[in-house]
Amino acid sequence: MGVFAIRLPDIGEGIAEAELAEWKVKPGDIVREDDILAEVMTDKATVEVPSTVDGTVLELGGDPGAMLAIGSVLIRLAVSGDGNESDPPREAPKMPAPPKEDAAPPPPPTEPIETVVPARPNGAKPLAAPSVRARAREAGVDLRQVPGSGPGGRISHDDLDAWVASGGITQGHVTRAPNTGVEDIRVIGMRRKIAEKMSLAKRQIPHITIVEEVEMGALEDLRAALNAKHEGERPKLTLLPFLMRAIVEATREQPGLNARYDDEKGVIHRYGAVHIGIATQTPQGLSVPVIRHAEAGSLWDNAGELARLAEAARTGSISREELTGGTITITSLGPLGAIATTPIINHPEVAIVGVNKMQVRPVWDGQQFQPRKMMNLSSSFDHRVIDGWDAALFVQKLKTLLETPAMLFVEG
Amino acid sequence: MTDRTCKVLVIGAGPGGYVAAIRAGQLGLDTVVVDEGRPGGTCLNVGCIPSKALIHAADEFHRITHGGLGIKASAPEIDLGETMAWKDGIVNRLTGGVAGLLKKAGVAFVPGRARFLDGKTVAVTGDSGEEKIRAEYVVIASGSAPVELPDLAFGGPILSSTDALALTDVPKSLAVIGAGYIGLELGTAFAKLGAHVTIVEAQNRILESYDAALTHPVSKRLESRGVKVMTGAKAQSHDKGKLQTDQGEVAAEKVLVTVGRRPRTLGIGVEELALTLDGPFIRIDQTCQTSMRGIYAIGDVTGPPMLAHRAMAQGEMVAEHIAGKPVEWDKRVVPAVCFTDPEIVVAGASPGEIEGTKSAEYPLAANGRALTTAREDGMVRVVWREADRAVMGIQAVGAGISEMAANFALAIEMGARLDDIAATIHAHPTQAEALQEASLRALDRSLHI
Repeated sequence: MGVFAIRLPDIGEGIAEAELAEWKVKPGDIVREDDILAEVMTDKATVEVPSTVDGTVLELGGDPGAMLAIGSVLIRLAVSGDGNESDPPREAPKMPAPPKEDAAPPPPPTEPIETVVPARPNGAKPLAAPSVRARAREAGVDLRQVPGSGPGGRISHDDLDAWVASGGITQGHVTRAPNTGVEDIRVIGMRRKIAEKMSLAKRQIPHITIVEEVEMGALEDLRAALNAKHEGERPKLTLLPFLMRAIVEATREQPGLNARYDDEKGVIHRYGAVHIGIATQTPQGLSVPVIRHAEAGSLWDNAGELARLAEAARTGSISREELTGGTITITSLGPLGAIATTPIINHPEVAIVGVNKMQVRPVWDGQQFQPRKMMNLSSSFDHRVIDGWDAALFVQKLKTLLETPAMLFVEG
Repeated sequence: MTDRTCKVLVIGAGPGGYVAAIRAGQLGLDTVVVDEGRPGGTCLNVGCIPSKALIHAADEFHRITHGGLGIKASAPEIDLGETMAWKDGIVNRLTGGVAGLLKKAGVAFVPGRARFLDGKTVAVTGDSGEEKIRAEYVVIASGSAPVELPDLAFGGPILSSTDALALTDVPKSLAVIGAGYIGLELGTAFAKLGAHVTIVEAQNRILESYDAALTHPVSKRLESRGVKVMTGAKAQSHDKGKLQTDQGEVAAEKVLVTVGRRPRTLGIGVEELALTLDGPFIRIDQTCQTSMRGIYAIGDVTGPPMLAHRAMAQGEMVAEHIAGKPVEWDKRVVPAVCFTDPEIVVAGASPGEIEGTKSAEYPLAANGRALTTAREDGMVRVVWREADRAVMGIQAVGAGISEMAANFALAIEMGARLDDIAATIHAHPTQAEALQEASLRALDRSLHI
């Protein structure tokens, strides 16, 4: 029997450390070669680390959330032959979990707040007798919503009757029990990456945000006609491919908007290519897949690529390359898009275009109000390198292109 | 050709299957239950019931000479054949009772072996040929079977639990492989009947799934009864009344192999249906539905805990679900009992299993009733949640403590807090007072310790 240490492999991109996102094994587990041991996370993506040997897990190199240096011991296994370690397992050489200054202060110890009736912990099953539970199920009542008048918040038949009689709203003598539970959630993995990225962008970049309204009638008609014409043959067009086209056109006239600002070196990189990041909600959190060379793709090319990347981001199968290298970003919440937003720039880019919801609004045409499909664009710019004038020009250009969509397709 | 159609077809008439069938019948569903053996399954025929009968007989026999208390008796004898006949009488009465209950509920019992032809059709092979039954809903309740060791296959002197319950002579020496509850229950019984018993366990201690505080009194009792327990030992082969292990030779006229039970999913066509499995077990949801619509699974085939009363509760729920009632598996606790000596009961969470819980125990040595039965070995332990003092688990070890399993489960299922148990008058003198005392102790209000 020997001890075999598996070290965190170099996962490319010249990174020196990675965050341990999730263990797939625990001490005592038997693993075979190629079984996945852990998921580690870099700035760009999550990578699965497989075992290189058969063996039994002895020791894990850290808790999820810890930063591990490339080459440090990820895990120790007991193997049948000679291991690659002669010494018994020692303290794993791991980087301290987040650096001190970045670390959130530990939450204050949760002191039980004196209440007459101690409440059950958040998320625990409600205390109720089986007959009460059965009646609640029959009545379609979620017992977690029902305040219990008994000790420890136990729910009685009377509590249930009162809840049902009130139509699910507590009234009169029945009061909602104070919920004193506190749930502590560690900010690790993708959530920590998002938090760091957002803080960096908001700390470094003085944002200027411009909100402009766009009349969408003509573009919506065109979109409907194109979708009807190519139904079933080509990817369905949403608004986004048109907006990408508009950004390509607008940045051709203002290349300073399609850029990345390296503020440490004091250089603005302006790109010929328009690589458009699309902010996408995934089960793990916000992700920004990048449509590469949007300037070279047709409407349908870009629509198809967008659908593919969004799906890959949601299922987690997206590659690091597909999440990097954007030169400008679009953020859209669809029907949730509100009237106006203040988007945060995807650092080190210099501009982000936010799409708000489309709705029919009355527009004064000089004589009367007309119902028009209106949509706002809320766009933010890095005010260090983009003046308000240029930002306003860019927004006006987008507005003109979207309101007169034929101009999207006229060269020159 | 389909020979018969019905609304509900239950495969297996063990505790899960017969309860599902009876309840379905009561609810007016046209129900058929299939089993190759007599109704009652493992539990009634070769499990819970006959083993408890044997344990009782062994206890009675043993008490005559080892009871102390000033009682003197000349050397007693036992005719194990007669004991087994008495046990068989109980089994017959109960299986006959189940058959009567099925009939009363309007359920048809079809003897034979079931095999799925497709998700709705089952072929039943019996003595009189094959019958095809087409059902709207199928409930798989095919149970489990003892696991065999490759080097010690059942047959001859190598006994399964089923074989051990049919012995008509007490073996001079018996090796029990596997110190789970089945091996310990039967091993202890044969030791009390006069056999020289050796327990061979591969793990480092007996009853590995229970914590040491619960198993310690059992170990001590085994020791005092002359039962040898070999831990970390591996049985290898058996020849001429000797069992070879990696820790030496053990005298063993018979060898009882109780190394676990496997679900009976093979041979009934579960593979062909490609139901989603969970290891060797059939995966089920909150209503015991499998991955295929209209097919339910209950009991041992669905995985641990492999307990008759869990299967019964699942069976009852499934019948009601099929009948369209709004039910789901919302049990807070499935109590488990080891009929070892002393007995062990576990209900709900163990100490440390749930974050934010604490535990307190009360020794039976401080309980009057335990002293009057000369059995002060054992304790009752309560596990509660600090936030609201809700009782999350109760465990106990002690002679005759199995009868308290229902108190434990009731307290947890009703959502009792420590205060509720502490404030309930517990009749004196009974062992059950230990639960009240454990709760008082948890509240720092002990009276008798």
